[in-house]
Amino acid sequence: MADKVLIVDDDKDFLSIMAERMQNRGMEVVTALSAAEALRKLEEESFDAVLLDLMMPEMGGIEALQIMRKKQPEIQVIFVTGHPSVSKGVEAMKLGAMDFLPKPVDLSDLTEKIKQAKDSRMILVEKHTQEKIKKILTDKGW
Amino acid sequence: MAHMDLIGLSGIQFFGKMSASISHDLKNVLAVINENAGLLEDLCLMAEKGKSLDPVRLKRLAGDVKNQIRRGDRIISSMNTFAHSADSESVTIDLRELLGLLVELSLRYASMRGVRLEIDRPSDSVTVTTSPFVLLNLLWFCLDYAMTAAGPGKTVEIAAEKTADGAWLRFRKLTGMDTAAGSFPAEPERALMRVLNAQIRLVPDSREVAVSLPNKIQEE
Repeated sequence: MADKVLIVDDDKDFLSIMAERMQNRGMEVVTALSAAEALRKLEEESFDAVLLDLMMPEMGGIEALQIMRKKQPEIQVIFVTGHPSVSKGVEAMKLGAMDFLPKPVDLSDLTEKIKQAKDSRMILVEKHTQEKIKKILTDKGW
Repeated sequence: MAHMDLIGLSGIQFFGKMSASISHDLKNVLAVINENAGLLEDLCLMAEKGKSLDPVRLKRLAGDVKNQIRRGDRIISSMNTFAHSADSESVTIDLRELLGLLVELSLRYASMRGVRLEIDRPSDSVTVTTSPFVLLNLLWFCLDYAMTAAGPGKTVEIAAEKTADGAWLRFRKLTGMDTAAGSFPAEPERALMRVLNAQIRLVPDSREVAVSLPNKIQEE
């Protein structure tokens, strides 16, 4: 099954070329030009990884990450930013980002990280499902 | 540089803020060029495996790279003009051009706050003899306040007009001016006003901040 990725960036040119390159590598790609649009898309479908820009109009990447993690704790977010700083990187990682990459990004590295994100997400989803089953079994006394 | 001594840290912070924005924009340009080069490599690899190269796609790719180079060139030109604005403490400038530079430098910050910037450009030149860097710094403070006073989703209109003894610069359409927090102008703006012999007036009735400048800055 193809890796499914959501790319969020306010730079339209970057968004379209990244989407095309990742599609050429067999990934299923959805794009969003703002954090608000990304949050709407996350309500509709789930993704193996989210590539998130740090500085965007109205809602920045850090705020978006916090909302995403609250709604989907298993979500895997990789920051891809033209504005890398150690403090922002540390903040993002503390809030649960999977990685923090500066632009321009190496697509081979990114593809590898997306695969890792998919694996991590699957483990978390499985764990979550097992916990749910365990809770049902305990609650029902079977 | 007497003016730079007077504005000191505030001037360095302003220079840093604008430089950070410029470097961010340039990073984005490089990122897009990098991805275009990467796509070209992808297409070559696919061609080596027997997939035919589409000349239309290649032309579009070349066009996209040229667009990014134009975008980068515009950013670097603004950066160069901005850097040279600190060369002289007193030079005759056309305020229409200075406003263009101010808007170009501030676009990213405006975009972050969801505010649009428009220049109401007069047909005739509006010249004053002043310190361009210090004036840009003061106008940035005014624009920063104006963007807060306008609010997200709104437009700030900036205009310049010539008067007998100098010029007026106006930041208009500040619909949220009554509720804008903080005192303005505060001490950092006042320090710049003293250097430039400028005045700032808040005009709630016409929803604008007006800056008056003398024809010629007083030499130290």
